[in-house]
Amino acid sequence: MTVKNMTIKEVTNKVLNNEELFLLDVRTEDAHQDWKIEGENFSYLNVPYFDLLDGVEEIADQLPKEKEIAVVCAKGGSSQMVAEMLVEEGFENVYSVEGGMKAWSEHLEPVKVNDLKDGGALYQFVRIGKGCLSYMVVSNGEAAVIDSTRMTDVYVEFAKELGVKITNVFDTHLHADHISGGRKIAEQTGAVYWLPPEDAGEVTFDYKPLRDGDHVTVGSTNIDIHALYSPGHTKGSTSFIVDDQYLMTGDILFIDSIGRPDLAGKADDWVMDLRETLYTRYKELSDELIVLPAHFMIMDELNEDGTVAAKLGTLFEKNHGLNIDDQDEFRKMVTENLPPQPNAYQEIRETNMGKISPDNEDQREMEIGPNRCAVR
Amino acid sequence: MNVAKTLDATGLACPMPIVKTKKAMKELEAGEILEIHATDQGAKSDLTAWAKSGGHELLQNEEDNGVFKFWIKKGE
Repeated sequence: MTVKNMTIKEVTNKVLNNEELFLLDVRTEDAHQDWKIEGENFSYLNVPYFDLLDGVEEIADQLPKEKEIAVVCAKGGSSQMVAEMLVEEGFENVYSVEGGMKAWSEHLEPVKVNDLKDGGALYQFVRIGKGCLSYMVVSNGEAAVIDSTRMTDVYVEFAKELGVKITNVFDTHLHADHISGGRKIAEQTGAVYWLPPEDAGEVTFDYKPLRDGDHVTVGSTNIDIHALYSPGHTKGSTSFIVDDQYLMTGDILFIDSIGRPDLAGKADDWVMDLRETLYTRYKELSDELIVLPAHFMIMDELNEDGTVAAKLGTLFEKNHGLNIDDQDEFRKMVTENLPPQPNAYQEIRETNMGKISPDNEDQREMEIGPNRCAVR
Repeated sequence: MNVAKTLDATGLACPMPIVKTKKAMKELEAGEILEIHATDQGAKSDLTAWAKSGGHELLQNEEDNGVFKFWIKKGE
């Protein structure tokens, strides 16, 4: 018997359009608690597939007859088995989520943020399952990629379709929650790979050091990427001001939260760096800049058009992390009661330094789960 | 360790390692030990959770050259 598949693209559209969906998650309870597909109007039932091997009769009365049911597991194998069993049990509106949480974790949705002056454009790549955001700045035949994921083909193909050449690749910092595709894209396209030197002390490959005040031009029409040293999440964290309009904050400032300073092991040392960046360096910038962060944590942070972006002035008003007057209280917030650290974050950092080279399957496992780079 | 039966589930993707483990376990007596070899990355958390929910005891597990090995003692 064949079962209908639901692609991750279809699931993503349901999330973005706030549609209803009943998700039967057949992974373990721990896995479900830790990380699931979140949608405004999604409902859930979590029963591990191994408890359903003898039949699905027991859960039949917990499932809706009239709604669409999507069965999801880690990679799409078990969900297919359970979906087949449900069809045999008489359920008609049943789908297996193709590729499971693995595909969910890897899916990138490119969204155009806006046109830039002189015909350029800025795109945000929303990695909806993991909450990672990366960017492509396009101008006059050239492109720059910022904070790319390891799904490098997506950027390379996207640039090809636009007919532009990737000339510069940046990471705002040494990532701890996902494996950077920056180096690979640079190798593949001949682009320059920029890293902040304070984060690159242990890296095993060549890179171009990115320093405060550096300007990089994309295309001949002067789309300017201006580096702004903004430590706090890591020692080297650097923000970019693009085309005088956009502030790419990396993992320092998000829409509804701020970066955590502990993932590279120096929370106490970096608290004051973080505070200075948020409360002094960013304060000196124009309120009109549009903040484009490297992550989002909750679906509420998405705008209606699917982008994750807000004016800096608005964040200074509404983001709790930017409104803590008392230094001690701030220190407490960013060092105590932190959420769990991202899965395999040490190995991810070592991979991004080039110290270890796990194969694709291992990289996939290392990135399981949400990003957890923020404190709120 | 006194292993009653060894199950080779290498190369199999989820859900097969658990389906086979469950079947093999049925043929054992309570207290006997099943040794399982698997290569699926998800096998570890799934076998651990499955053993617990079925009242079995995961005695030991190790990774040997990309192969995950598990020893599970059948429950009462």
